[in-house]
Amino acid sequence: MSALLSVRNLSIGFGKGPSVVQDVSFDVEPGQTLALVGESGSGKTISCRAALRILPRTAQIRSGTITLNDSRGTAELTQLSERQMRDIRGNRVSMIFQEPMRSLSPLHKIGNQVSEVLWLHRGASESEARKEVLTQFERVGFPDPARAYDSYPFELSGGMRQRAMIAMAMVSKPELLIADEPTTALDVTTQAQVLGLIKELQRETGMALILVTHDLGVVANMAEQVVVMHKGRVMEAGPAALILNDPAHPYTQQLFDAAPEIPDQDAVGMPMPDEDLILQMTGVSKTYTMRSSKGWRADKLIHACRGVDMKLARGKTLAIVGESGSGKTTAARIALGAELPDPGGEVLFRTNKEAEPLTVHNMTRAERTAFQRKAQMVFQDPYSSLSPRMRIQDAMTEPLEIHRLGTVAEQRDKAAEMLQRVGLNADMLKRYPHAFSGGQRQRLSIARAMMLDPALIVCDEPTSALDVSVQDQILTLLENLQDSLNLSYLFISHDLAVVARIADEVAVMRRGLVVEQAPPETLFYNPRHPYTKALIAAQPEPDINRPIDLKLVALGAGSPDSWDDAFRFSDTVIPSLVELEPGHKVRCHV
Amino acid sequence: MVMLRYAVYRFFTMLLTLLVVSVLIFVIINLPPGDYLSNQIAELQASGQSAGVAKAEFLRKEYSLDRSLPEQYLIWIGFWPGPHGFEGLLQGNYGWSFEFDRPVREIVGDTLWLTVVVNLAAILFVYAVALPLGVLAAAKSRTWIDYTSAFVGYLGLATPNFLLALILFYYGHRYFNLPIGGLMDPSFEGQPMSWDKLKSILVHLIVPTFVIGTSGASAMMQRLRANMLDELGKPYVETAIAKGMAPSRMLTKYPLRVAFNPFVADIGNLLPSMVSGSVLVSVVLGLQTIGPTLLTALKTQDQFLSAFILMFVALLTLIGTMISDILLVMLDPRIRYEGREA
Repeated sequence: MSALLSVRNLSIGFGKGPSVVQDVSFDVEPGQTLALVGESGSGKTISCRAALRILPRTAQIRSGTITLNDSRGTAELTQLSERQMRDIRGNRVSMIFQEPMRSLSPLHKIGNQVSEVLWLHRGASESEARKEVLTQFERVGFPDPARAYDSYPFELSGGMRQRAMIAMAMVSKPELLIADEPTTALDVTTQAQVLGLIKELQRETGMALILVTHDLGVVANMAEQVVVMHKGRVMEAGPAALILNDPAHPYTQQLFDAAPEIPDQDAVGMPMPDEDLILQMTGVSKTYTMRSSKGWRADKLIHACRGVDMKLARGKTLAIVGESGSGKTTAARIALGAELPDPGGEVLFRTNKEAEPLTVHNMTRAERTAFQRKAQMVFQDPYSSLSPRMRIQDAMTEPLEIHRLGTVAEQRDKAAEMLQRVGLNADMLKRYPHAFSGGQRQRLSIARAMMLDPALIVCDEPTSALDVSVQDQILTLLENLQDSLNLSYLFISHDLAVVARIADEVAVMRRGLVVEQAPPETLFYNPRHPYTKALIAAQPEPDINRPIDLKLVALGAGSPDSWDDAFRFSDTVIPSLVELEPGHKVRCHV
Repeated sequence: MVMLRYAVYRFFTMLLTLLVVSVLIFVIINLPPGDYLSNQIAELQASGQSAGVAKAEFLRKEYSLDRSLPEQYLIWIGFWPGPHGFEGLLQGNYGWSFEFDRPVREIVGDTLWLTVVVNLAAILFVYAVALPLGVLAAAKSRTWIDYTSAFVGYLGLATPNFLLALILFYYGHRYFNLPIGGLMDPSFEGQPMSWDKLKSILVHLIVPTFVIGTSGASAMMQRLRANMLDELGKPYVETAIAKGMAPSRMLTKYPLRVAFNPFVADIGNLLPSMVSGSVLVSVVLGLQTIGPTLLTALKTQDQFLSAFILMFVALLTLIGTMISDILLVMLDPRIRYEGREA
């Protein structure tokens, strides 16, 4: 029996440059899942897009064959005309993309965009298509398909949009689905549910799947076959069980070592020390008012943070973990004084052990300037947080200029010193940001944050835009800097595995509330809150014998009404944070 | 329902804006010292023609120019009784032109709607040319089609309008037998509307439309091209291709819809720039539009005439912005559902 899709000696290049994909071959068997694994720039996305010939305009397939052999016949995809390709796309082979937020047109209703596939390929009438799409919507888990049909993308959450994308890809019943990092942009718990859905649909329809991912954990949960790519070449290929249990190629091994993991714990950890606190937040709430567009309706209050208490000891790391919209970023902004808490909330900052605490929630202009020298931030997206028009040197010395510190020569020396500290060369000062890779840019952001010799650095998902191996390096850098300079970090993340490594204490947030707070060891050894359990369970492990427990995820990631009585909360009845054991607090009714 | 409510709301805000604009226009016109009549009186007295002075004095009273400015304003609008009762813009009395010594209504009469016709034709021309060319240039970016259209476009932008008008006149007349000057055959002027008159107007419109519209069209084309290129890089375009859509349908359904918003928003701004921008062209082509009249009125401080014309242009602009706002709400659900509960 021949393979459903057979790629042979595929080479792709841009313009006149060298090939970015070289001599790549793989087979996808009917009904099976093949994972294309690699880091950014490995050519995995280009290789799978070549199958549908959706490539950037300057890219061309230089050699090789891509043969599709489904129940509707055999086709050599590299030889078909554009016109013939249109019959393949969305019909015999479908594709799902990485960013559900941007992969749907913002101006057309979801139903219209999904039905279009049937209009195009089946010549279905509007009502026929609607009926079929509604059935499909129900299968991908829309609670109210009819409502979703008439919704616009911006009315749905990221997870729901990705479900709509899946429905769009599945509605024509293709025999092959290509999913390009379908869950990378989603929260862990949503990722687990979407992966579960794809797997379930695959079982029902017998469709084959090419899954492009950088996450070995996702591979372990989904794939039968694995192809590991690096710099446009296949490093290793074979059955998932074999490769994941015993990677033969050093590059695969390297990927494994870099993948963050939630460690198995057999004991509780040490609670955060209570003395020499650099940052102390007490009873911090933040309520935003959403003005109602209709005058007669009351304004809507959005509780971004509710009664957050947090302590960060000098030289330690406090991590806030939660899904998007949980209030973690708001809490960090309040800690930095970028946002004021509701009256009653207190944020105290101590420059050193003996110093009078600075009231961050109520600063004078001079106090704010002094505070800004001591508290800095590293941002999530290294591509947009550095001005493309400023040389590295100007970007780095700017904080010193603002605070009028040192002469020009001293500022330059300081910048050079900081670059070396973060593992870059001082001769890079004259360059512009575009000359740097994502990981290097994040090093630059860290170096810039360090220019004022701060005591506290707020890291807002500093590694979530980076490859796993680069993420590993950045975390190591942050750890080293903390050790040598006695820095304190407030670390925001949606990823428990990243936090496991760097944090001394973890606060798990959901809907503006801290639901569980403990040292990471304690949290992983003895998680009590259903949401924490769901977060831990949703973390894909690169171990084929430990699949994601979807039940546990669904239990905790659902709305708070579905939790056990002991943990349930509503807008009015909120249980308090109870200390179950030293340093381990859980929000529950006792 | 939402749409209708919004349209009504938008209409009332427009009226309010118009009121504010009328105050501004009145104030600005009265900013320079003196007015047409006092200038004239001073001149007459200097040359000792007392008969003329009496007439000017009479006109001053007749048109309440001897009263305080706020009173003058209220009388002009029609909120306050003048020497002959309520007789302002609201009552349909546009005032007296001192320069032409005729009622404003008579002077502007025909030119009002001819202005509207010429500028509407120019705007339609702008959209009709810019839309397909802009989309084409974006879809075929960095090919000879793109470069050629950009070249022609910049040529259109850079050529002075009146020069273009003269050239077109010459060649249009020579090779296509197009009429020279005016907006209709002189024999139709002052005649009631008839089929032949309409035909004559349409033929006369060809050259002015082209001349007034060219630079606007090439500017809009370049912006549409840039907007489209931005949109073409967005993931939803890839999604549409992956569905198996044909390029032409994909382009018009998805990226064009998004890229089009700024152009709808432009409708309001196009009108005033065309009216004031086409003055020179109107003079050169001998078009009976309002532009040249406005120029004379402003130069001679003929206050009722210039105020009325400015009000008229403001009204056109406000109607334009109102239309574009309502269209935007219809086109973009993100604006429509802002604040709707999820």
